[in-house]
Amino acid sequence: MNLKSLLASAAVALTTAGAAYADDPTKVGFVYVGPVGDGGWTYEHNIGRLAVEEEFGDKVETVFVENVPEGADAERVMTQMALEGADLIFTTSFGYMDPTINVAAKFPNVKFEHATGYKRADNVSTYSARFYEGRAVQGHIAGKMTKTNKVGYIASFPIPEVIRGINSAYLHASKVNPDVEFNIVWVYTWFDPTKEADAAKALIEQGADVILQHTDSTAPQAAAQEAGNVITFGQASDMAEYGPFPRVSSIIDNWSPYYIDRTRAVMDGTWESVDTWDGISTGMVGIGEITDAVPADVKAEALAMVEAMRAGEYHPFTGPINKQDGSAWLADGEVSEDGPLLGMNFYIEGVTGDIPQ
Amino acid sequence: MLKLEKRPEPSRLWTAITPVIAVLATMVFGGLLFAALGKDPFVAIRTIFYDPLFSEFAWFYRPQLLIKGAPLILIAIGLSLGFRAGIWNIGAEGQYIVGAICGAGVGLAFYPAESWFIFPAMIIAGAVGGFLWAMIPALLKTRFGTNEILVSLMLVYVAEQLLASMSLGLLKNPDGFGFPGSRNLQHYPSAHNAEIISGWGIHWGVVAAFIAVIFAYVLLARHVLGFQIKLTGESPRAAKFAGVNPTRLVVVCLGLSGALAGLAGLFEVSGPAGQISIDFNVGYGFTAIIVAFLGRLHPVGILLAGLLMALTYIGGEIAQSNLGLPSAAIQAFQGMLLFFLLAVDVLTNFKIKFRNERVA
Repeated sequence: MNLKSLLASAAVALTTAGAAYADDPTKVGFVYVGPVGDGGWTYEHNIGRLAVEEEFGDKVETVFVENVPEGADAERVMTQMALEGADLIFTTSFGYMDPTINVAAKFPNVKFEHATGYKRADNVSTYSARFYEGRAVQGHIAGKMTKTNKVGYIASFPIPEVIRGINSAYLHASKVNPDVEFNIVWVYTWFDPTKEADAAKALIEQGADVILQHTDSTAPQAAAQEAGNVITFGQASDMAEYGPFPRVSSIIDNWSPYYIDRTRAVMDGTWESVDTWDGISTGMVGIGEITDAVPADVKAEALAMVEAMRAGEYHPFTGPINKQDGSAWLADGEVSEDGPLLGMNFYIEGVTGDIPQ
Repeated sequence: MLKLEKRPEPSRLWTAITPVIAVLATMVFGGLLFAALGKDPFVAIRTIFYDPLFSEFAWFYRPQLLIKGAPLILIAIGLSLGFRAGIWNIGAEGQYIVGAICGAGVGLAFYPAESWFIFPAMIIAGAVGGFLWAMIPALLKTRFGTNEILVSLMLVYVAEQLLASMSLGLLKNPDGFGFPGSRNLQHYPSAHNAEIISGWGIHWGVVAAFIAVIFAYVLLARHVLGFQIKLTGESPRAAKFAGVNPTRLVVVCLGLSGALAGLAGLFEVSGPAGQISIDFNVGYGFTAIIVAFLGRLHPVGILLAGLLMALTYIGGEIAQSNLGLPSAAIQAFQGMLLFFLLAVDVLTNFKIKFRNERVA
């Protein structure tokens, strides 16, 4: 055993001894990739943190560090939180995956929760949300409402989560409007208002009158508002300040119930490593208010779809669906299993362009 | 009324003490900023400057200072040579990225073979990658007279696109379920830039940074190239008469700074970061510019400035986590440091005179 791990375990022993006192609050750490004021992804995780404080009051202490780059810096921040006595640490970006696993190995008594990853350990859980359910609703509204039949899509990184969203939105848009075309722009960032605004403006100039975004800032909303005849959807957060038009609905990440559950599990000593992938049914994915800018019949159909997903009666990826190259993926009535969705690296039939390599 | 009068030559005294004044002024005004945010300024300043060095967990933070500071120092040393000669390489971030890609690429090409020569080969590839990327602005400048500031800066964005493409394509981990990012070199012993003594934070990049400091010191103090660099910076006309070849100097300065930035990228990707990913670069190449000036373009000054900058990063994170300070406040704090440095820099080159003194 080397010096570092010896010292680390000594520190762990100290912190766990500290946690044994009944009065000692449970310390929960949050590592954020963006600023808490981004209005999107990190903002919603921070709402979850505040909900944990609200729920447990004095029994919990929360800490967070924002704007943490993925890689060595993330590892240092997590280690620092663990050393300072955190009992549970939420690491809220895909790029924190390897750092989370590394730090977790050094602090076996601290619990870690990594968002959107696939690597787990005895003290590392993973959690994510089925955002593609929300994309299905957006696709439906977009397909019905577009007049130019051009939908602009601001995509972040070509990872399965984003590709899944594109496929789900396209599938449901093309179902109600076979002429619809998706124009996809890859911006390679989760949060960069300048790049997002540029992408939105370029898409609008090319004739798109619906903008879907898989990035976290409200810049595309502002660009659409300026254009005047373009509709958008809030991403990660409600972005209600841009409603009722251009923002006509939204996907809201609601992490609060999950964060409260997991914090309680640590307090009770019942915490176990799990892989959670929840959607509309548990409330992890929320659909923001569909405004009156959407025609009443379209709104009713969209709400019916939400209800069907909530009740578990409808799965957005239900066959027949072919892959982009025309080969069969799902037979008529066949519902996709989670495996192919989690590793999704292909477009479905009708989506144009290639996934960047 | 105050009047500035240019000194015949920069004051040695002020050159030495302006960084100290800048740090003190940053502490005072940073403290006011923290107080305005409702935090105890003394606790905040202590958390940033004292806790990483002497608190309960200093045994963890001290090695982290070396890990965070080493790439800054390595890059800044290279930049300082060019800056002294009036050759402005602003694109170290791009050279850092390309060095990391080339180095990691060589390592991954051998995966999963284990051999002693893989890591040295990666080091060479990293340096060569950074060198070649810096040769683009160097050759464009010497051949066509383009501005190296613009070209090197723009190449950062090209390098970022290259990085994204590598993470998604050529270097993508085949066992990564389609997610972007290369294999983690930390799990590949022959390519892993591990700590030389466990728990000390000293990996090969830290060693390279110290060697670079000594190398630059000797170069500037003893070598004819160092003399040419200093002479060109102080008086380009005199340098010409002394037989300095400006073309050669541009190539050497940009090449050296590119190679060192490439090395920094290689040591980072094979060690602390572990993998090529889309967001691999976190701004070391730009921060190193601040470090170079904070260190007065002097090798020993850069060593201290790099460690100080690392201290504000690490202390800043502790302050965020323990005191709830927003990260924007920490960034403003770091910005103040450069601002005050440049502001008090005036005293190095100018004397302050009172007007009535002159009248009398």
